[in-house]
Amino acid sequence: MKLKHRRLLIIIGGFTGLGLSAFFTLRALQDNLIYFYRPSDLASKKISSQERIRVGGQVMPGSLTPFGKGVRFRITDQHTSLWVISSGLLPDLFREGQGIVAEGFLQDPHVFQATSVLVKHDENYRPPDAR
Amino acid sequence: MSTAIIKTLNLSSLARPRVFLNVSTFLLPLSLSLMTLLFTAGLYTALVSSPPDYQQGELVRMMYVHVPASWMSLMVYGFVALMSLIVLVWRHPMAEILAVSAVPIGALFTALSLATGSLWGLPTWGTFWVWDARLTSVLALLFFYGGYWLLYKGLGRGIRAASLLALVGLVNVPIIKGSVDWWNTLHQPASIMRQGPMAVHETMLVPLFLMAGAYFFYFVSVLMKRAQTELRVRKR
Repeated sequence: MKLKHRRLLIIIGGFTGLGLSAFFTLRALQDNLIYFYRPSDLASKKISSQERIRVGGQVMPGSLTPFGKGVRFRITDQHTSLWVISSGLLPDLFREGQGIVAEGFLQDPHVFQATSVLVKHDENYRPPDAR
Repeated sequence: MSTAIIKTLNLSSLARPRVFLNVSTFLLPLSLSLMTLLFTAGLYTALVSSPPDYQQGELVRMMYVHVPASWMSLMVYGFVALMSLIVLVWRHPMAEILAVSAVPIGALFTALSLATGSLWGLPTWGTFWVWDARLTSVLALLFFYGGYWLLYKGLGRGIRAASLLALVGLVNVPIIKGSVDWWNTLHQPASIMRQGPMAVHETMLVPLFLMAGAYFFYFVSVLMKRAQTELRVRKR
């Protein structure tokens, strides 16, 4: 076979091998690659109350209330919901219905003590008067 | 069959340095003019005539600088990877020149994407950096661009080593694209390149696509200029 065809074959073969190893490696590392857990993931992961983790979900409308020096609210992933207590500053875009990612500790299976809260907004962009 | 097509279209003549120099000398002012036109229209629509966002307000205007930069960083990498494949298989000198000319531009777009993304993230997300899959994989892209340059220019390892690295790094490109879908990330999913309707309002699509066009012709212009210079340096 022509030399250039052999080189091409080697490169394609090498690239396929690389792609496969990348695929399997990434699959095996799942837990390390996600930035946060969803409320539904928490039960199966057996997280201790000393482990610093991140939880993400949507702030449930009507759940935002003052609590101590901060606030508390519920987040949901449409399957499971969870209380989040936050005493720190909330980002500007924080509101009920918004997506958030909270970092902190799972006090008990139903309450998350957040040390920080970030807003995870969705991919929709439109003017104020549009729908 | 492919050689027949290439001969018919006379594309391979572009691969001859003299032809490239002639064609690019003609195309460069055209490309620069298009770039200028698109930047003017793009910046006007981005900063003046387009509306604010229902939740982000005026902050949304960062999209018109950040998103095209991100698109270009990936497009240029694909171009570099294709040129690298041609270098390794066909050993074509013009492919080497084009790859080497494109890498710094791609790195610039990647750095711009990261910087503008961080600036945008601070008032919207509440942080300028997280190690989520999207941001980390784009940083990796910058390292692949840098690694190419290091191998080629810094360590003098030559075009073959650099081209190999470019192909290895190509695996990272679908990872960047899939990152927001495969894993939980802070970065939101795609608004444009996705199945289903675009999640951006038409009044915002206009500046976005104008700026994307401007960035594209910036790339084409600078690529041609760098390639011309590289050719002339080698001919000495």
